[in-house]
Amino acid sequence: MKAMSDILIIGAGITGCCIARELSAYDATVLVLEKENDLAEGATKANSGIVHAGYDAVPGSLKAYYNVRGASMYPDLCTSLGVPYKQCGALVVALNAQDRETIEQLRIRGEKNSVSGLRILEHDELLSMEPSLNPHVVCALYVPTSAIISPYETAFAIADHAALNGVSFRFNENVVAVHPQQDGSFRVLTRSDEYHCHVLVNCAGSFGTLIHNQLSDIKLEMIHRRGQYYLLDRNDRLPFSHTIFQCPSSMGKGVLVSPTVHGNTLLGPTAEDIEDPMDTATTSGGLAEVLRKASLTWPDISIRNNITNFSGVRAHLTTDDFVIGPCDSCPGYYEAIGIESPGLSSAPAIAQDLAGMIAEKLNLTAKAEIIPYKVPPIPFRDMNMEEREKAVAADPAYGNIVCRCETVTEAEIRAAIRRPVGARTIDGVKRRTRAGMGRCQGGFCMPRVADIIAEETGISLLEVKKSSGESFILAGSVESFLKGDTKHDGSEY
Amino acid sequence: MTDRNIDILVIGAGPAGLAAAIAAREAGIQSLLVVDREKEPGGILRQCIHNGFGLHRFKEELTGPEYAQRDIDRAAELGIQIECSTMVLSVSPERCVTCVSPVNGFQRIQAKAVILAMGCRERPRGALCTPGTRCAGIYSAGTAQRFVNLEGVMPGKKVVILGSGDIGLIMARRMTLQGAEVLACVEIMPYSSGLNRNIVQCLQDYNIPLLLSHTVTDIQGLHRLEGVTVSEVDQNRKPVAGTEKHFGCDTLLLSCGLIPENELSLGAGVILSAATSGAVVDETFETNIPGIFACGNVLHVHDLVDHVSAESYKAGISAASFVRNRHDDLSYFAVADGTGVRGTVPQKIHRNVDCPVNLMFRPTGVYRNCSAVVECGNTEVCRKKSVIYTPGEMALITLKPEDLRNLTGSTLTVRIERN
Repeated sequence: MKAMSDILIIGAGITGCCIARELSAYDATVLVLEKENDLAEGATKANSGIVHAGYDAVPGSLKAYYNVRGASMYPDLCTSLGVPYKQCGALVVALNAQDRETIEQLRIRGEKNSVSGLRILEHDELLSMEPSLNPHVVCALYVPTSAIISPYETAFAIADHAALNGVSFRFNENVVAVHPQQDGSFRVLTRSDEYHCHVLVNCAGSFGTLIHNQLSDIKLEMIHRRGQYYLLDRNDRLPFSHTIFQCPSSMGKGVLVSPTVHGNTLLGPTAEDIEDPMDTATTSGGLAEVLRKASLTWPDISIRNNITNFSGVRAHLTTDDFVIGPCDSCPGYYEAIGIESPGLSSAPAIAQDLAGMIAEKLNLTAKAEIIPYKVPPIPFRDMNMEEREKAVAADPAYGNIVCRCETVTEAEIRAAIRRPVGARTIDGVKRRTRAGMGRCQGGFCMPRVADIIAEETGISLLEVKKSSGESFILAGSVESFLKGDTKHDGSEY
Repeated sequence: MTDRNIDILVIGAGPAGLAAAIAAREAGIQSLLVVDREKEPGGILRQCIHNGFGLHRFKEELTGPEYAQRDIDRAAELGIQIECSTMVLSVSPERCVTCVSPVNGFQRIQAKAVILAMGCRERPRGALCTPGTRCAGIYSAGTAQRFVNLEGVMPGKKVVILGSGDIGLIMARRMTLQGAEVLACVEIMPYSSGLNRNIVQCLQDYNIPLLLSHTVTDIQGLHRLEGVTVSEVDQNRKPVAGTEKHFGCDTLLLSCGLIPENELSLGAGVILSAATSGAVVDETFETNIPGIFACGNVLHVHDLVDHVSAESYKAGISAASFVRNRHDDLSYFAVADGTGVRGTVPQKIHRNVDCPVNLMFRPTGVYRNCSAVVECGNTEVCRKKSVIYTPGEMALITLKPEDLRNLTGSTLTVRIERN
C-alpha cells in the first residue's frame, strides 16, 4: 500500500499551489497530484493575468469577499517571491449612454465591496489619460488598484517555496476516483497508481465537479467557458498603460485590452460555452470576435505584430459563485471549486482560509522553522550593462544567449530546470524563462532548449516533449527513419 | 570587461558578413572583427546541405556548407578574425557595440564602421493567426531543417507544408528522402513564392501536390499534431466555406516568408523600409546612421546566396572607404517603387555615382513579356526586358553612371511595363 499523506491536493494550478504553500508551514505530509506534467497547465496559464480590484463581484458573494482579500495580499506576496506585480490601474469604459448606467452600478458595487479610489472619469479626462482609446467613449470607471501579474510565474514560485518546505508534487497523475474509507481516510485512484490521505483537497479546476459529485450529496453543475486571446509583440510604445475593460455582461468581464507585466499587449477573451474542458483550441470565429470587440476600445488596432493566440477555459458553476470549504456530507474533504475570474485574484486568500480549516481539523502544529524563499537573480534581459558584465564574469553560461528575441541565457535555462519544481518540457522552460516567448516563437532557440533539457534531465533528445502527454517534439532519428523503425508510431499521437 | 577599438565590426559570419569582411580586408582594412552568435561561421548555409549554391558566382553547383567554406577559407587566408558564440546585445548610433560570449565574456567594442549582416528569421505561426490547438509538431521549415541536417533527428512522419517559400520546398524533398511522407504543400497565393527550379525538383519530381490559393484553416491534436484542415481561399485570401479538406498528419512545417532581423538596427536608430523590413540604404549600402552599413538578408530577403555575396562584397568595400575617407556627399536621387514593383534596394543613390548600381526589387505579381523601366520624371533612364517577372524571384536592373548624368529630377521610379 502506498504511504499515507496527511493532506492530498488534487490540482497544481494557482489555487492548489497556494494551498500547498500555506500547508507547508505545518508539520504534515502534503502531496499534490497533477494530471498534466507541469504546474499551472490549466486555467492558470491561460487567463488575463489581472489582479482584479473587486468592483465586479456581487456584494456578499464569496467571489467578492475573496477577491478583495486576495488582491490585497498580492503586492507583498509577489515582492517576497520576486515575481512581477504592476499596479497599472484599470478603466471600465462606457461605449454608449446605456453603459453609463452600468458604470455607475459598478462604482456602487465596488464601494460596497470596499474597493478604494473608484472614480468616474468623463470623456476628456479619459482621453488625456489614454489617447489611443476610441474617441467616442462616453465615460469610464477608474479603478486605480487593479493590477497585472504573470499568473504562471507566480504559481511556479509559490510551488517552489512549498516544495522547499517539504511538499511533494507528482505529475501525470490523473485522478479518476476517490473512495472515502471506513477510518475516515481517502483512497485516491489515478490512471496509473493509488494514493491514501487523511484530508483530500479538491483544486481540480475544470474537473472539480467530477470529484465533488463523487463525494457530496449536493451535486454541482459546471459550464466550461472558453476564452480566446491575442498576444502582441513588445513594441516601442504600448497602446495603453491601463487595463481597459468594456462593460461586463452575464458571460463575464468582456473583451479587454491590457498591457502585460512583460510589456506585451493582450487582447481578449471571448466567452463560449464548450463541451470539452481540454478544448483549448482557438477558432477563426473566436479570434475575429476578439478583434471586432477590442477594436471598439482601440480603433487603430493592429495585429501585424501578433506573437501568438491561445485560449483558456473558465470553470463556471451554474450557481455562479465559488464553492469553498469543507463538505458537510463528507468529513475530511475540502474544496475550492468554480474558481473562475476573479479566481486568480482570490487564490491566496482562499488558500489561507482552507489551510487554516485543515490545520484545525488535523490539529496540525506549525513548523519550528520555515525555509524562506530565496528570490532568484533578476533576468539577464532586465539587467543593465554593468549587471550583465558581472553576471557573465561570475558564470560564463550567462554569456551564451539561447533565446535571442527575449535575451534568455543558458544559465537561466539550466536554473529553470534545476528549480525545486523544475521545468521538464519546452513549454516549462518557456514559461519559467521566456525562452521562445518572443517574436520568432522558438524558431531558433527551441532545438537548443531541447538539447539543454535532455542534458540536464538525462534523457535523449527524442524523449523531450513540448508539454504533456505524447507531445514529443521529434519522431525519431534520421537513421531509424531510413530503416523504417521509428520511435513513435503515428497512431500514438 | 574588454574595451576595444577597431576599424570595422561585422555582425554575422554568414555569407553576407563573410563577403563584407573579405572585401574590407582586401581593400586594406587591417583592424577588422567578425562576430557571430553561432558556434561556427557560415550562418544558415551550415544547415543547407542541398546543392544549387554558387551557380552564378562559381559557375558550379555547391552545397551550402561547401559554399560557406570557400568564404571561410578565404577569410582565414586573409587572417580575418572571427569570434563565434558571441551575441551582440546593442549597437549605438555612435557605433559602440556591446556583446557577450561564454569565452570572451562581456565586451564593449568601439568601431569606426559597423556592417549589419544578421540575416533574417522565419515568420512564425502567430504572425499568421492560424486557429486551432497549440500542440507539438508545428515548426518553421528552417527549424525542421536544423533538426534533420544538423542534429540527425526527424520532426515527424506525415507532413503538410504551409507556404511555398524555398526552405519549405527544400524540406518537402528532404523529408521525403528521409522516409517521411509529405502530403501537400499549401500556398495561400495563386503563385508560389519559391524558385521555379525548387517547385520542379522538390515537389513535382516527388509527386507532392502544390495547392495554390489554399491555406490551413484549422490545426487539430491535443498533445501532438493529428491533422490540419486546408481550405481554398478567394481573391481576398479569405477561406471559402465548403472547400475544407482534412489531412491527417503529425507535422506542419511553415514556410510563409522571411523577416529581416533588425532589432539591433532599430536600437542603433537605423530607419527601416516598410516594403523590405530592412534598412533604407544608399548605393553604398550605408544606412541613415553614418558608418553603419547593412547587407544580405538583414537588408532585404534574397533568393540566391550568390546575390547576397555580391551585394555584401560591395558593402564591405564601402565600409572600408568610409573608414579611410569619409564622404560627405549628401546629394541623392530618391528611388521609388512604381507600378508592379515593391521593395527596391537601394532606396537612394548619390547623384554623382561613379560605378554601376544594381537596383533590386520584387515584382508584385506575375508579369510575362514585360520590361522593367527606370524613369526620372518623364525621362526614361534605363529599360530591361524579361520573359517573366514573378514575386518568387528578385529582379535586378543595372544603372550605369552615365545613365544618371544630366538628369534634372530628384526621384528615380522603377516600374514594370507591358511590352
